[in-house]
Amino acid sequence: MSVLVEKTDFSLKLIGHYNEVKAQLETDSPALINNARKKAFQDFVLQGIPTFKNENYKYTNLQPLFFIDYSYNHIKEKSDVNLKEVFRCNVPQLDTHLVLNRNGWFCDNNNESNLPEGIIINSLRNIAKTNPELIQDFYAKIANTEEDPMVALNTAMATDGYVIYIPPNVQFDKAIQVINLMENNSDTFITQRNLIIADPGSKVSVLICDHTLNNNKYLGNSVTEVFAGENAQIDYYTIQNQHNNSATINSLFIKQERDSNVLTNTMTLHGGLIRNNLKVLLNGENCNSDILGMAFMDRKQHIDNFTQIIHAKPHCLSNQLYKNVLDDESTGVFSGRIHVVRDAQKTNAFQRNNNLLLTDQAKMNTKPQLIIDADDVKCSHGATVGQIDEEALFYIRSRGIAEKDARLMMMNAFAHEVIQEVKLEPLRDRIDELVDKRLRGEIARCHDCSYDCDC
Amino acid sequence: MLSIKNLFVSVEGKEILKGINLEINPGEVHAIMGPNGSGKSTLANVLTGKEGYDITEGEVSYNGEDLLEMAPEDRAKEGIFMSFQYPVEIPGVPMVNFLKTAVNEHRKHRNEEPLTAGEFLKLMREKKELVEMDTQLTNRSVNEGFSGGEKKKNEIFQMALLEPKLAILDETDSGLDIDALKTVARGVNALKSPERSTVVVTHYQRLLDYIVPDFVHVLYNGKIVKSAGKELAHELEAKGYDWIKKENGN
Repeated sequence: MSVLVEKTDFSLKLIGHYNEVKAQLETDSPALINNARKKAFQDFVLQGIPTFKNENYKYTNLQPLFFIDYSYNHIKEKSDVNLKEVFRCNVPQLDTHLVLNRNGWFCDNNNESNLPEGIIINSLRNIAKTNPELIQDFYAKIANTEEDPMVALNTAMATDGYVIYIPPNVQFDKAIQVINLMENNSDTFITQRNLIIADPGSKVSVLICDHTLNNNKYLGNSVTEVFAGENAQIDYYTIQNQHNNSATINSLFIKQERDSNVLTNTMTLHGGLIRNNLKVLLNGENCNSDILGMAFMDRKQHIDNFTQIIHAKPHCLSNQLYKNVLDDESTGVFSGRIHVVRDAQKTNAFQRNNNLLLTDQAKMNTKPQLIIDADDVKCSHGATVGQIDEEALFYIRSRGIAEKDARLMMMNAFAHEVIQEVKLEPLRDRIDELVDKRLRGEIARCHDCSYDCDC
Repeated sequence: MLSIKNLFVSVEGKEILKGINLEINPGEVHAIMGPNGSGKSTLANVLTGKEGYDITEGEVSYNGEDLLEMAPEDRAKEGIFMSFQYPVEIPGVPMVNFLKTAVNEHRKHRNEEPLTAGEFLKLMREKKELVEMDTQLTNRSVNEGFSGGEKKKNEIFQMALLEPKLAILDETDSGLDIDALKTVARGVNALKSPERSTVVVTHYQRLLDYIVPDFVHVLYNGKIVKSAGKELAHELEAKGYDWIKKENGN
C-alpha cells in the first residue's frame, strides 16, 4: 500500500509541475512539438512513474530518484561559459564534427558552416519552427508513449535536442560527435529530445557522449528517434560517463527500412543509475541490425539494458550482444526481447548476454525472451553469469604476471568482444584505452575537463 | 636448487601428499612416475603455487628461499615454469600481448629493459622454430582453438621464451601423437643446460626415451616409494605398477 501511495505522490508532483508549466512550454515551443504533448501527458498520467509492479521496470527502481527536488530547464538559459573552452575532446586522430548540448538544449555556438551540402545538424526547436516539413513525418512517430511512462513524460515536456539529417545518397565520412553535458548550479531534471534521419542510400556515424560537469544530482530523461531509410547505414555509438549521483533514462527508437544497416554500441563507463531502452523495428526486408552494449559498474551503480527487436519483415538479421562487468555492490539488468512477427520468414535473430561478477555482493538479473510467430526462422538467445575463471587466472600468473594485471587482462578480454565491433579505428583504440583505465580504477575521462570534480 | 622436506598436502581435508622428500640440483632431470591418483599433479601444482592446497607439514626451499611463501607470479619470475597438463584457453587475451607481458615482467625482475615490439617479435620467431609452432597460432587468443598437440607445443614454446631454471612438465606427453611427442622432447632437450633442471611428470616411460632422466622416482599413495636411475622407468614399463603396489602393502 505504501508503495502505491508513494507512486501516487511522486507522479502527482510531476503532474502538478507539468500543469504549472504547460502554458509556458506551449508558448515557447513550435506547434510540431506541442502537438504531441497532450496525448503524451495523458499517457503519463495513466501510467505514472514506474514501480516494481511494472514488469518492464521490475529490477530498476526509479522511485528513489524522485525524492529529490529538481529544478527544470524549460527555458533556454544563456550560457556564459564557452563550452568549447570547458570541454575539449581528446579522442586522438578522431576528426569529428562536434555538436554540444547543455542540459538538454542545443548550444547556439554549434557550427553548421563546414558541413557538406544538404546535411543538417541543428536544434530540434529551431527545425520544428523553421523547417517542420523536414521532420513532421518522423517526430514522435516511433517513440510510443503508451508503452513507457518515461517516454510519455519526455514527449510531454520536450523542448529541444538535436536533429541530424543526412540527405539521400550522401555518405558523411566524418563522424558526428554529440556531447551531452549536464551542468547546472542545482540538482536538475533534464529532458532532451533528438532525431536522426538518414535518407535512402546515406551513411553516417554518430558518437554520443553523456557527461556531467559538476557534482549536482542530475536525472536525465532523453528520447532519440532514429530513421534509417532504404539502404542507409547508421553507426550509433554511445559513451556514458557520468558521476555516480546522476541517473539517466535513455530511450532509443530505431526504424529501419529495407536493406538498411544499423549498428548501436553502448559503452557504459560510469553513472549512478542507467536505464537504456532500445527498440528496433525492422520494417523492410534484408535489414541488418547489430546491437551491442558493454557496462562496467562498481560501488552501488546500476545498469539496466532493456531491448526490444521487432522483426516485422522477412530476411532480416539482428545480432545482440550485451556484456556487464559488475564489481562491489553494483547491480545489472538485461531484459531483451526478440519478436518475430507472422510472415517474417527467414529471420535470423540472435541474442547473447554475458556477465562477470567480481564480488559476492554484485547482482545480475537477466531475462532473455523470444516471441516467434513465423515458422521458418533461426533464432537463439543465451545468458551467462559467472566469475573470473580462476584456472585462467592461475595460468596467466604462472607465467610471471601479477594477479592484478592478470585480472585486468581477463576483464579486458571479456570486454574486447564488444569493443572490437567499433568500426571507427581511432575510436576503438580510444575506447580500449578508456576501458583499460576504467578497469584500473583510474578516472576514465574521454575529455579534458576543467572542472575538477571527483565524479 | 629445490629441496622438498617431509611435505604433507591435503585438499579439502583429504590427505594427498604424505611426506615427500626430494632434492633437485642444477642441471638434473628428474622423472616422477606413478599410477593415477598417486599425487603427481598435486606435487606439480603445489610447487607452482596453485590455490586450493593445504600444506599441513613440511617445507620447500628454492635457492635457499621458502618457496611456499611466494606468489605464483614471483615463483615464475624466480625461474619456475610449469608446462600444464591441460593448458587453459583464454579467449580475448591475444597470445602476443600475453607472451610479451610475461617476458617483460621477467626482464623487469632481472633489472633489464623491456623488449620493444620489434625485438619481441624477433625473439618469438626464433623460439617458434624450436618447437615448429605454426606462425598463425600466435595471432590467436591464448590456446583458443588449439589442438591438443598445439597446446602442448605452445607450453614448450613459452618455456623457451621464459628460459626457466626449473621446468616442471606435467604430463606433457598426454594427448600427443608420436611426431608431436618427438618435437616437444626436442624442444625440451634443446633448452637443456648445466643450470637448468627439469622435472618430468608422466605415467609412461615413452617420453623418457626422448627426455632422458638422471633420476626416476615412483610416487605412490602420496609418497616417493622408489628412486633410482633411468633403468627404473623401463622396469615400470615392463612390469606395470602392480608390483609397487604389492611392495607397499596393497
